[in-house]
Amino acid sequence: MMEIGLTHYLVLSTVLFSIGLLGVMRRKNLLMLFFATEILLNAVNVGFAAISHYYNDLTGQMFAFFIIAIAASEVAVGLGLLIAWYKRHGNINLDAMSSMRG
Amino acid sequence: MFEAIAFYLFSILTAVMFYITVTTKQALFALTALAAGMIFISAFFFILGADFLGVVQIIVYTGAVMALYAFGMMFFDTTRELKERSGSSLITAGLSILSAVFVVLIFVAPIVSTKIQVTAPLIAGATNSQSVGMVLFTKYLVPFELAAVMLLVAMIAGIVLAGKKMDRSLTLMAEEEIMIAEEANRKVLL
Amino acid sequence: MELYLYIALFSPLVGALFAGLFGASPKTLLTGVVNSSLLFASFLSSAVLLGYVLNGQTVHVEMMEWMATGNLYIPFGFVVDQVSVTMMMVVTTVSTVVHVYSIGYMDHDKGFNRFFSYLSAFVFSMMVLVMSDNFAGLFIGWEGVGLCSWLLIGFWYHKESATWAANEAFIMNRIADLGMLIGIFLIYWNTGSLQYDKAFEVMPTLDNMTLTYIGVFLFIGAMGKSAQFPLHTWLADAMEGPTPVSALIHAATMVTAGVYLVVRANPLYHMIPEMGLFIASLGAFVAMFAATMALVNRDMKRIIAYSTLSQLGYMFVAAGLGAYWVALFHLMAHAFFKALLFLGAGNVMHAMDDELDPFKMGGLRKSMKWTFIMMTLASVALAGIYPLAGFFSKDAILEVGFVEHHYVIYTVLLLTAGMTAFYSFRLVALIFHGEERYKVFGFHPHEAYKFVLIAMSPLAILAVIAGSFKSTYFDMVTKILPNTEYHIHSEVTEWTMIIGTQLFVILAIFFAYKKYIKFKGENKEFEKRLVYKVLINQYYIPYFYEEYITKPYRELSTVFWKKVDLKVVDATVDCIANGIYKAGENTRDMQNGNLSSMLRWMVAGTVILLSLAVAFGLAVRYADEISAVLSGLGA
Repeated sequence: MMEIGLTHYLVLSTVLFSIGLLGVMRRKNLLMLFFATEILLNAVNVGFAAISHYYNDLTGQMFAFFIIAIAASEVAVGLGLLIAWYKRHGNINLDAMSSMRG
Repeated sequence: MFEAIAFYLFSILTAVMFYITVTTKQALFALTALAAGMIFISAFFFILGADFLGVVQIIVYTGAVMALYAFGMMFFDTTRELKERSGSSLITAGLSILSAVFVVLIFVAPIVSTKIQVTAPLIAGATNSQSVGMVLFTKYLVPFELAAVMLLVAMIAGIVLAGKKMDRSLTLMAEEEIMIAEEANRKVLL
Repeated sequence: MELYLYIALFSPLVGALFAGLFGASPKTLLTGVVNSSLLFASFLSSAVLLGYVLNGQTVHVEMMEWMATGNLYIPFGFVVDQVSVTMMMVVTTVSTVVHVYSIGYMDHDKGFNRFFSYLSAFVFSMMVLVMSDNFAGLFIGWEGVGLCSWLLIGFWYHKESATWAANEAFIMNRIADLGMLIGIFLIYWNTGSLQYDKAFEVMPTLDNMTLTYIGVFLFIGAMGKSAQFPLHTWLADAMEGPTPVSALIHAATMVTAGVYLVVRANPLYHMIPEMGLFIASLGAFVAMFAATMALVNRDMKRIIAYSTLSQLGYMFVAAGLGAYWVALFHLMAHAFFKALLFLGAGNVMHAMDDELDPFKMGGLRKSMKWTFIMMTLASVALAGIYPLAGFFSKDAILEVGFVEHHYVIYTVLLLTAGMTAFYSFRLVALIFHGEERYKVFGFHPHEAYKFVLIAMSPLAILAVIAGSFKSTYFDMVTKILPNTEYHIHSEVTEWTMIIGTQLFVILAIFFAYKKYIKFKGENKEFEKRLVYKVLINQYYIPYFYEEYITKPYRELSTVFWKKVDLKVVDATVDCIANGIYKAGENTRDMQNGNLSSMLRWMVAGTVILLSLAVAFGLAVRYADEISAVLSGLGA
């Protein structure tokens, strides 16, 4: 219990990921959905960093960097889209987005 | 001992913060909790010896991303209470817990972890930042450059999307509306 | 020579396709003329080939490869040898005549073009049947003539009885064809080839049991096509078709295919004499059996049909006793005079507005002189009076029976010869002699078209002179058939037999004339007798089939339909359909276009994939243990 191993980190990562999934499923507000996505990405980052540490391999950290870069891009584009949407419709409710409905 | 205490402390803190993020009805609370969670995540990176990653986490997430969100939120009506989906919380919780259990099972199962091989070993005698730099600019140079281009594209995209003329969609407009709009455009140009 | 072979074979096909083009359009004389000319071309080519074969050569071509997989090699090969050229001559001669005749006979029919298409298609199938050099090709022709026979019997498909008869013929043939197919499979299984020459080469090495099985199954096929007992009922019912069809298919060519098969397979039947004896006995039985039914029947065409059946019996007697050349010769002679008889009957039918009951005719001699002459000739030939064709062929069969010491068969055949003469002249007497009873029914008979009569004349000539070909024919076919000569050792016996037979037959003819020439009306007294009842009802065999095969089968089918099909098969299918329908109905919500519910489904999908990953991971991890458990279960 006192000796922290890889498994501890992986379990933590998984728990955080589940919290993120919970958010993805629960939230209706698009901005809140973005928050949940950030949580998912961060949960994965924890896992990568832990594996990198326990296997003495930098690849994990590299992936974590790229994930951070992707997260940043995603936020930039996503927020732009959100603003565009909000300007036209006056809300960012997920259930209201049904123009793609078949 | 010290490491264990730090791990459990930050684990609990992070989990709680993220839980607040996904459950709170106040958008501002969610934003704040998320930012806090991000900082606590960086603590794990420091514990794991990935100093550079920890710093990047704080700067990028808590600095840049959170600031972006904060600015973004100014556009929206955030004082209203957030409406959540009703009813199916049991299924929601069940699904997320199940997925967590399965992922843990996969990682804990010995077959997976024994098959991981070291491809970019730590460089002896170098600090974390030094070795990260060496790997990043040798083995991962091309992905690194691509990531830079991607960030640039994302930046431009963000600017364009949030710009002035994006409140109209040609695909959602009727034929006549487009004609009228073009007419108006021409007048402006003339 | 190959060119002539292909012309002989394919010109009927060209004709069939050509007439088929006009199948749905109203009558055009063109189709009749073109088809008849093509048939004539086929006849000429066959004649050229006959001349070639008479010089002692044969033609064997392999047109193309049909199936070549592994050890199975079946080409589209055709052979013109002494046997097949005989058949080709018979088929093309009779069919050319019948084609020309049909132009007159079908003159007022709406399906004129369709008729010619079917008729030519039949000739093509028949040519494939006789010319093929392997059993597979023979079977194609065999099925082809069956199909055309079905089409032509049911030619007037608006008549219930015609469609019924067509189906009966087809189904009966199907039963027999199964036997034939099994025979062919057995041949391939045991000899490794379907080519006649190769298969017969290997056969002597096989054991007797196998050969008997092959012989039996092939003969079942022959029984169906040649309408031997107990599969004979279809032939009489097949008379529902147009009369030229009866002449061509159900007298001259198709029904003799069974005889041809036995003749073709002579090396096989030679090795299993017990089977041959059975064939001969069955043939003799059928000869007698059919002749008795013809004695009392009151339907002109059916009488001739029973006569055909009876003559087929004769052929099988000859073939069964090993006198293959005699069988083939009788086949040829019979084709000429029986086709002539049918065509004459067709003329009478036309004159009498399709009336078939000879009791309502009489005295037609005056108005239909030529038809009268030709039908009398044909009947004399059928009865076997010297010097017409029937004498040479039928007498030869009687001699075979005598020489081979099968005296029972001989006696039966002799009696049948008498009956044949009796019923043939009963028919002639009723139709052409005596009082003109038809006037009561208001018929106005007239002679057929002149070109029809001219078309029939070659058959009439052949019916008279076919006997003179006997020695030429014998020299030709015995190159490949066993050349047993059947000579009765003592000359006295021989002459006694011939003269005795002739006298017997002539007596029968006179008896028929005496009894029916002054025919006034039905003999009520006679009709009450048991013998008459049995005969007119065809020994109650159709009744028996109806009562004990068709009806139980129908009841069984109803049970299966109500119980099995509706309650099990249909229910299962409906259940599957309903299940899918309900599943679709219930899962339609997945596609409701709501993004948040889609997100939830996405997570659900992730969970499923993860669970699969866990399951497979565990399976790989514990593969050894699992296989151990599974093998334990298996053992």
